[in-house]
Amino acid sequence: MSAFKFTLNQKEVEVDAAEDTPLLWVLRDNLAMTGTKFGCGKALCGACTVHLDGQPVRSCSLPISAIGEKKVTTIEGIANGELHPVQKSWIAEDVPQCGYCQSGQIMTAVALLNNNSNPTDEDIDEAMAGNICRCGTYVRIRRAIKRAAKEGNS
Amino acid sequence: MKDKIVKIDRRTFLKTTSISATGLLLGMHFSCTNTAKKLMGDPSANFSPNVYLNINGSGDVTIIAHRSEMGTGIKTSLPLVLADELEVDWEKVKVVQAVGDAKYGDQNTDGSYSVRMFYPIMRKAGATARRMLEQAAANEWKIDVSECKAKNHEVINSDGDVLGFGYLADKAALLPMPEEHEVKLKSPEEFKFIGKKTSIVDLEDIVTGKAIFGLDTKLEGAKVALVKRPPVAGGKVKSFNADAAMQIPGVQKVFEITSPGFPLQLDAPLGGVVVVADNTWAAMKGRNALKVVWDNGVNGNYDSDAYMETMMQKAKVKGKVRRKQGDADKALQAASKKVEAEFRVHHLSHAPMETPCAMAHFKDGKIEVWAPTQEPQWARGAVGGAVGLEEKNVTVNVTLLGGGFGRKSKPDYVVEAAIISRESGFPIKLLWTREDDIQHDYYHANCAQHISVGLDESGAVNAWRHRTVFPAIGSTSNAKANEPSGAELSQGVLDMPYDIPNVSCESNNASAQVRVGWLRSVANINHAFAIGCVLDEVAEKRGVDPAQNLLDLLGNDRNIDMDALSKEFWNYSEKLEEFPWNTARFRNVIEEVKKLSGWGKSMPAGSAMGIAAHRSFLSYVACVVEVKVENGKVKIPKAYYAVDCGVAVNPERVKAQFEGGAVFGASIGLKSKITVKKGIVQQGNFDTYEVARITDAPVETEVFIVPSNEKPTGVGEPPVPPFAPALCNALYRVTGKRIRQLPITV
Repeated sequence: MSAFKFTLNQKEVEVDAAEDTPLLWVLRDNLAMTGTKFGCGKALCGACTVHLDGQPVRSCSLPISAIGEKKVTTIEGIANGELHPVQKSWIAEDVPQCGYCQSGQIMTAVALLNNNSNPTDEDIDEAMAGNICRCGTYVRIRRAIKRAAKEGNS
Repeated sequence: MKDKIVKIDRRTFLKTTSISATGLLLGMHFSCTNTAKKLMGDPSANFSPNVYLNINGSGDVTIIAHRSEMGTGIKTSLPLVLADELEVDWEKVKVVQAVGDAKYGDQNTDGSYSVRMFYPIMRKAGATARRMLEQAAANEWKIDVSECKAKNHEVINSDGDVLGFGYLADKAALLPMPEEHEVKLKSPEEFKFIGKKTSIVDLEDIVTGKAIFGLDTKLEGAKVALVKRPPVAGGKVKSFNADAAMQIPGVQKVFEITSPGFPLQLDAPLGGVVVVADNTWAAMKGRNALKVVWDNGVNGNYDSDAYMETMMQKAKVKGKVRRKQGDADKALQAASKKVEAEFRVHHLSHAPMETPCAMAHFKDGKIEVWAPTQEPQWARGAVGGAVGLEEKNVTVNVTLLGGGFGRKSKPDYVVEAAIISRESGFPIKLLWTREDDIQHDYYHANCAQHISVGLDESGAVNAWRHRTVFPAIGSTSNAKANEPSGAELSQGVLDMPYDIPNVSCESNNASAQVRVGWLRSVANINHAFAIGCVLDEVAEKRGVDPAQNLLDLLGNDRNIDMDALSKEFWNYSEKLEEFPWNTARFRNVIEEVKKLSGWGKSMPAGSAMGIAAHRSFLSYVACVVEVKVENGKVKIPKAYYAVDCGVAVNPERVKAQFEGGAVFGASIGLKSKITVKKGIVQQGNFDTYEVARITDAPVETEVFIVPSNEKPTGVGEPPVPPFAPALCNALYRVTGKRIRQLPITV
């Protein structure tokens, strides 16, 4: 076990964990931050997506020792006083069914829109293809991303 | 001043009361009695006229959601039905999830019947409470109840006096239950929520990561458990070595839990070796370090591809006749044209995004569990049985389910957590990894079918012979139950609605050699696929449009007496008099989906539409899928559905079920297949067991809900069955190749 310090949702945190522990389990087990979900453990489904310095990463496959000075943002950290525009558009389009994968979907969508303020269908396909939704909310995810883009650009 | 008080909202009121201003506020309020508006009563008062409802003196309404939320919106929709009849302000309603308890009635959230079964019950519960609140107001005003009307959290009289539900709560609580004839249900025009859009109650919690699923419950001192299960279902531990596992820092205990072996059970764990650790990562590493020698048991030679061919051989010969009209064999011999085809559907895994998991705490002769379960009462009984406690000492809390699709109706994983908590002495968080989920599921039954259709000289269809072979779900736990049940055959086979004079529906025996269970729409998947595809071939043989072919074969509008056609017909546990098999409603959804999709319009090269229609869970559904094939890759630009599900309580959620059902259908059609070799499932994660991603799913899905005042019927499962055949029929139009096996290979 080793001590690790990192920035989580703009706050310094310190945890004691084995150095190969995936960030997902540090968040969930050590820090009781359960918004980030386990889906596959192999970076195949995107349920555990968080941001590392603003870029989407699969926290199930990222060891805590690899984080270093980078900043981690989770679903709990994207609202800033009010909901993030992507969260608002998710609500406006009533995207979730069971909701389990949606933390990861939203984190991927936020990163997409940060990099590309006006994504095409192909851009959305490319960015979101790593996030599985077994309930099948994809048509609404697509609509919500377009809505957030439109509202962000207006 | 009066207006100001009246408009004060609940939160402000509670905040105000928390600084001891209750008396002042109520005092001012009561000083206005000549204006006859009293909203709040004694805050500690409670009016609970039934198990689903409580109204307190502040006017806060709590409605119990007793069915499990796995994405259908049921946690919102049924409380909404009660709320509508009660005439409440939805903003003042808190929905609370029930524990597993028989007092709530059926809690088995399965079979797409939550709304069907509880729509009348919730309406009556709401209307009865409304009547009692009106009676309480009438007593206050000393007038007849007929002069009182509940409206939006208040009862008003003809003079415009107003009493709030909160004020009336303790008074209504003292009243006797009204007589049946005194309780008046609303007419559809009076509905304020039913038939209109309402967002799900957990929406904001979900998008902010606050929603609580199976493993999100926090429990002091909880340890994490993983189980290494027998790779072959029905196998057992021969021996194991825990030395290396115990060396992993954080691993606390390693022990065996016994397996019932063979036959397998729907509610018992598979057994295996448990690793209990301080955290998830240590448990995972500990489990990886285990060395186990297995006895594979009776299923150790199961090969699912070989067994498919064994089943297909049986599908090609005369089977047990389960429905018969005329003489199909003879008519087929005499037919001038025939369509004959064999169809294969393989095992499927549910793969909900949240794997099976549960929290369990066995302590002082009691056990409490927190689980994403579709059937908390079954879980309660099974947990009690497994750890030797009476039901009254077992509490099953139901969290949100990260998807269910039938997997989480089986309580095996809840029982597993309970046993591990008792054995280890710790509160236990049991996690199934994705590999655990894919390799130890209750799989969709693989199925071989052979269908023969005979046409006479005029091109009329006069013979239909459908043979289906698949392991019955019953054979998972009872080796003798190796013939499909009437209920399984009534998912497409016995309930074949087309007006054909000579019909033979036959089954043959097969056995479950993995755990077989129900998966979203169950046997309808196999049967709707085969029937939907074969009818497209019949249309071609007849030289008519495929949609017109369906309408032609359906015959005159009528209620089909399915009970007369087969003694074994099952109408999803409902009487045909209550929920008829009505061909006019079936015809209508076909007509509507044609309109919606612009059926028959010319399509660019490489693109085409296909159609299929299927009644399941008492709902009528027609589906058109538009495909585009580019460089050998299948794209689905659009899917169209028309559905007649009777009253659509929350139409926006009904649409969502169809959008999602299309994606589930796309997984079945294009992606998913479980294969078993030597009893071991060959897939393990989403790289080998593929499901539809955003790039595979329809880009758009349009849904038309037939406006209806008929009794509500299922929407969770009915979108799935017609999707794959509509997709296959569309692909045929592009490629010229008939598809007779799922998943499709183009």
